Amino acid sequence: MATSVLFDAPGPKTVARHRVYSVVAYAGLLLVVAFIAWRLQETGQFAYDLWEPVLTPSIIEVILVDGLLNTLKMAFSAIILAVVFGLVFGVGKLSDHAWVRWPCWLVVEFFRAVPVLLLMVFIFYQFGGVTNGDRGAYWSVVAALTLYNGSVLAEVFRAGINAVPSGQAEAAYALGLRKSQVMTIVLLPQAVKIMLPSIISQCVVALKDTSLGYAIAAIGLSTVSRLVYIEYGNQLQVVAVVALLYIIVNLILTGIATWVQKKFVGEKNPIDLTRAGNMDGGQNTGGAV
Amino acid sequence: MNVVLDNAGDIALAFIYTLSLFVVAGVLSLIFGALLAAARVGPVAVLRKAAAVYVTLIRNTPLLIVIIFFRFAGPKIGLTFSFVDIRVADIRLNNLYAACAVGLVVYTSSFVCEALRSGINAVPLGQAEAARAIGLPFGGVMSQVIMPQAMRHALPPLASVQIALLKNTTVCGALGVFEAFARMRGLTNDFASARTEIFLAFALIFVVLVEVLSFVAYRLERRWRIV
Repeated sequence: MATSVLFDAPGPKTVARHRVYSVVAYAGLLLVVAFIAWRLQETGQFAYDLWEPVLTPSIIEVILVDGLLNTLKMAFSAIILAVVFGLVFGVGKLSDHAWVRWPCWLVVEFFRAVPVLLLMVFIFYQFGGVTNGDRGAYWSVVAALTLYNGSVLAEVFRAGINAVPSGQAEAAYALGLRKSQVMTIVLLPQAVKIMLPSIISQCVVALKDTSLGYAIAAIGLSTVSRLVYIEYGNQLQVVAVVALLYIIVNLILTGIATWVQKKFVGEKNPIDLTRAGNMDGGQNTGGAV
Repeated sequence: MNVVLDNAGDIALAFIYTLSLFVVAGVLSLIFGALLAAARVGPVAVLRKAAAVYVTLIRNTPLLIVIIFFRFAGPKIGLTFSFVDIRVADIRLNNLYAACAVGLVVYTSSFVCEALRSGINAVPLGQAEAARAIGLPFGGVMSQVIMPQAMRHALPPLASVQIALLKNTTVCGALGVFEAFARMRGLTNDFASARTEIFLAFALIFVVLVEVLSFVAYRLERRWRIV
């Protein structure tokens, strides 16, 4: 704890006191864990019958292939489209023309403030999602996530382009490049490097939000898990397994984001995403725990 | 607009549920998140590790899964919240409501913890060293030097976490609480032809609520700014 802002290096008395705290904390945590284990035991949650479904190859296949794979596909499609959406509207918000800037601002503000779930259900019922079966539900989830994450990424793009030192654009103009050339040849290539970690952490948000496909029965981890636990009545076990899958995938993504940040950007990210509407608040890499 | 105006009473009631979820979960998540943050930056290694594990696990789990846990898996181990049954006029807060609210608190507090921690970490080390050097005791260092600065740094991320919480309350609508999302779904099923205007009405109310929250956060930030 020598690096902490809060505490001085502890002396012998403090070390002894902290040792007492540690023992008490250990005991407290052990009690909590023991209580949970006792409840699980008492209600028969360790019974093999309840765990059997999540250990059966055919059901594991359903969870992994129908569930996880579809969830990843949804998140991947949504992020790809959201990057395009974000690029268009992020650059649009930086336009010199007010008639381009204001509509872009309006669209971004609107989709950032509307809950994804409302958007998803509206798209599902209004734009033919209902009549197209699984495919309709799939694309409704992707469309809703694209609009929301795209709006957040528009802010990321705007911040990223603004984070490129102003001398770069000035030098490019001095060389006689046009506005579009300055943007595509000089600003964007440099901005992408700064934005990459934020885009990857946005993948975590998108991946978590695909679970909302539950509301329109889009085939994904959350919907599949519901089918499994309704059939076997093992809510606790299925939820635990599904949560674990999400956590593993998200930790991998977070790890990649942290690595990219270290490699391309450095310790401190110049983009302040605090107000971009991202749940992660000020922490762009999410990881760096 | 007729459908929206005709059902204004129902819509208002739905948003009362939404706002009550937001307030309850917001306050409790701030309290629980602050406790977590205290454990996370405190001197006791066990608590630091435990809080870190909690935050990592919860942050990477979708909110829907967290709420499903309390809503459907909880009753399996006797966690039913059946002791909650509050009626105020037309509003009924039952065990479903409690399970959803607890899910929101559990989820949001991990983000609150991270926001507070990032605020504390943003205070330069020299500030604390200087405060100790002039002889302030631990309490003085904390209350006079570190916390005032940490709170200023933590305010913007805290505000965005609370705004996200407001939007996240809609997830409870998919799991049995009759708040804005559930009401919108009900109305669009009953009045299919007026679907767009119903959606726009609900969306605009959310936009207004979110803008109000960001405005409050912005004003607080400006008032507390030092330089």
